[in-house]
Amino acid sequence: MRKSKALLFEISRPGRQGYSLPSCDVPEKPVDELLPKKMQRTEAPELPELSEVEVVRHYTELSTRNFGVDTGFYPLGSCTMKYNPKVNEEAAVMPGFAFMHPCQPEETTQGALELLYNFEEGLKELSGMDRFTLQPAAGAHGELAGLMIIQAYHRSRGDYKRNKVLIPLSAHGTNPATVSMAGYEVIQVPCDDRGLVDLDALKEALDDTTAALMLTNPSTLGLFEEEIIPMAKAVHEAGGLLYYDGANLNAIMGYTRPGDMGFDVVHLNIHKTLSTPHGGGGPGGGPVGVKERLLPFLPVPLVSKKGNQYYLDYDLPESIGKMHSFYGNFGVAVKAYTYMRMMGAEGLKQASTDAVINANYLMSQLKKIYYVPYDRICKHEFIVSAKPEKKKGAGAGDIAKALLDRNFHPPTVYFPLIVDEALMIEPTDTESKETLDAFAAAMEQIAKDIDEDAEKVAHGPYKTVVGRLDEVRAARNPVMRWEKDQG
Amino acid sequence: MGGKHYLPLTDQDREEMLAAIGVKSVEDLFKDIPREVRLQQELDLPPAMAESEVFKHLNTLASRNKHFHNCVSFMGAGVYDHFIPSVIKHITGRSEFYTSYTPYQPEISQGVLQAIFEYQTMICQLTGMDVANASMYDGGTAVAEGAVMGCGATRRSKVLVSRSVSPFYRAVLQNYFNSRGLEVEEITIKDGHTDRLDLENKLGDDIAAVILQQPNFFGLIEDMEGISELVHNHKSTLVVSADPLSLALLKPPAEYGADIVVGEGQGLGVPASFGGPLLGIMAAKSKFVRQMPGRIAGETVDSEGNRGYVLTLQTREQHIRREKAASNICSNEALVALGAAVYMAAMGPQGMREVAEQCLQKAVYARESISALKGYDDVFPGTPFKEFAVTVPGDPAELNKKLLEKNILGGVDLAPFYPELKNTMLFAVTEKRTRDEIDALVRELEGWK
Repeated sequence: MRKSKALLFEISRPGRQGYSLPSCDVPEKPVDELLPKKMQRTEAPELPELSEVEVVRHYTELSTRNFGVDTGFYPLGSCTMKYNPKVNEEAAVMPGFAFMHPCQPEETTQGALELLYNFEEGLKELSGMDRFTLQPAAGAHGELAGLMIIQAYHRSRGDYKRNKVLIPLSAHGTNPATVSMAGYEVIQVPCDDRGLVDLDALKEALDDTTAALMLTNPSTLGLFEEEIIPMAKAVHEAGGLLYYDGANLNAIMGYTRPGDMGFDVVHLNIHKTLSTPHGGGGPGGGPVGVKERLLPFLPVPLVSKKGNQYYLDYDLPESIGKMHSFYGNFGVAVKAYTYMRMMGAEGLKQASTDAVINANYLMSQLKKIYYVPYDRICKHEFIVSAKPEKKKGAGAGDIAKALLDRNFHPPTVYFPLIVDEALMIEPTDTESKETLDAFAAAMEQIAKDIDEDAEKVAHGPYKTVVGRLDEVRAARNPVMRWEKDQG
Repeated sequence: MGGKHYLPLTDQDREEMLAAIGVKSVEDLFKDIPREVRLQQELDLPPAMAESEVFKHLNTLASRNKHFHNCVSFMGAGVYDHFIPSVIKHITGRSEFYTSYTPYQPEISQGVLQAIFEYQTMICQLTGMDVANASMYDGGTAVAEGAVMGCGATRRSKVLVSRSVSPFYRAVLQNYFNSRGLEVEEITIKDGHTDRLDLENKLGDDIAAVILQQPNFFGLIEDMEGISELVHNHKSTLVVSADPLSLALLKPPAEYGADIVVGEGQGLGVPASFGGPLLGIMAAKSKFVRQMPGRIAGETVDSEGNRGYVLTLQTREQHIRREKAASNICSNEALVALGAAVYMAAMGPQGMREVAEQCLQKAVYARESISALKGYDDVFPGTPFKEFAVTVPGDPAELNKKLLEKNILGGVDLAPFYPELKNTMLFAVTEKRTRDEIDALVRELEGWK
């Protein structure tokens, strides 16, 4: 049944309380004596007043209005929503991790530092890089750190004219946004009709102003850039560096490594590849790995080891500085480390194998029904274009809404931008064949529904707690907070 | 093989699926990776563990650390041992929340979207701002992005930041600005507070933003009277990094003319977690909303007129605007923000006020007790809110070592960040500290040297 849910503020009753605090046991002074009136708040903030049970029921009801990987299949392409193992969560909340202060003396943090050190060792092996910083708090944050490192490298050589970063048209939106944020200019490189970076166009675009090429491999089309060796060679010959967006590393673990492909800097999305949950938007983790020659520019501190002692290493005079107030999302690193220890080398490789089998299998089923613009062996994800369906009256976004009514989270829609009416489908390694078959059957039914009554599909969903939400209205007349007199 | 319980495909499934794909073997699926870059050997990683083994291993590592549960902490400097209501982990532990992605499909994400909308509202109530976003990574990145907003809004490229702003935040700010060719100049401090005269001297029509912290890094309350007039006379912006917990007691930054409020939200029920995940707070006056980075939840209606929530003003964001986006931020700290929202909902205005008052009273009591000791001195005048700097009669590292013997996590040594503050430590006293614990600290300090 459809209904909206009351806001916290609407169920608040003056005088209710949802907390218990001990009374103050030190001699108290009047607040006015301690703080000048002009620095004090005159009216209490309008926060809700609720008993504990009301708080719990409010959020419990909200949780039932939300869909997670634990609810069902979540083939959100390039966001890699694989299952989040529960032991990871158990590890991160251990008091010896969750309640540590970042400024504690090193002799009291040896367990945490050892974990970070060994996690880094694992990332180095997995990626083929020489050293990692764990500071970036998300993939995009890692991209920024990576470009800053590249910039510091060029500047250290007195090379100030490199002000451009090349990006394929298929790239995630974070790539061009990061390039701007690092003060660089974006140069777009087209893809060829196979969906791969156009090598000739890349060579054409390279010159002595090229700072780097940013590349996701496999790409957002789910395709491995087969010409990575000549690409790397061309970029390096032009004096540029290669940046690896590790969003899709989950497709190739144990098969190949960015470090072996010629990349100089990589970031890994540990909330994707290494199974940590995405929390409805975060926290994530975006460790950045570099090759030896870029090591001097990594953010401080690194985690190093002397004898049996682990320590925070600030001895990096050419470091770019800091990306995060402390050491990044330590709690997320604990989860990713736990996952790596559970999986081992063989398990990680099998995860990539199964991710690729699942993607190719689902593609083989869906191409019986839908148009697949790049009909070739894919890696972890593939693209369906709903252009033909759009002509009938229901496009990619409508198919997504129809999937909601069938208890599936839809794929990523309208991305990558180089495919019209794109549905970007990534089943991940943690789904069974039965789930994929059920999804394919749902997609087939939706295709039939579009043939029969596209108009109806275009107005879905029908079974969700709210109907299709008006995003245009939200943007045109933005209401971004509750106000008392709103009614 | 490790992790088999996370991988549902059976060998028979794999065979059937390869046949359906039309390939003979798994190898055929990886033929597109050039031979030269194919890994020739297996990854050299430690052997896989069973769940019970991994739990024991992690537990062994965790047990080597000291923490708030086996020590009494007086550490602060931006991360504190505050009370965390039990309800929080039970809510953030609901997997419909924590296993979801960014709410791109609003009809099945109303839980997260409404929770963000409510979080935004509560941050606005505390700060007095018009609009807040769904979170930044932490206090440091929030300060840096707030400064960038100031540059965007004024089309200027230099900011002033007080040395009483956390050195951790200033380090991140400096790094963000270095790379894009923007300039940061520091305002000196006088008696632990922002030096008003130095601010006036450095402020000019080229300054995009002035960044202050309230309470400042030393736990002191900055006098904000007249600051916004100074800043706005130069058409600059005032960015205030505020501790949201303090705002239950202190004047909301909007009332002294702040344009942008940023800060660290760890005090709102967020575990310290060795410094992350934390919670970056970002709020602003409505005229700055187009420059604001990150996700924002907005209210709308569905096809039947029911109220609902969506991500809004997405034309500011990287997935739409690409290189013209306000920021590259994509993943944020949504689950931490959810926890903070639960905190604010459970504590309410009265609970947060009580927390803030107890921090104030206990910090005042602790500072008086410590500075009455021989060899320990107050460094700065002014009332401390939950932390304060004192000089100690010797090397802070040595003192902390001694305190550890009594399972006390002592103060933070200030000399690495302020070379002029030798043998000076920052002690934090939250509402969780009892008089006995404070007195025990004082006794240990008294007995040292």
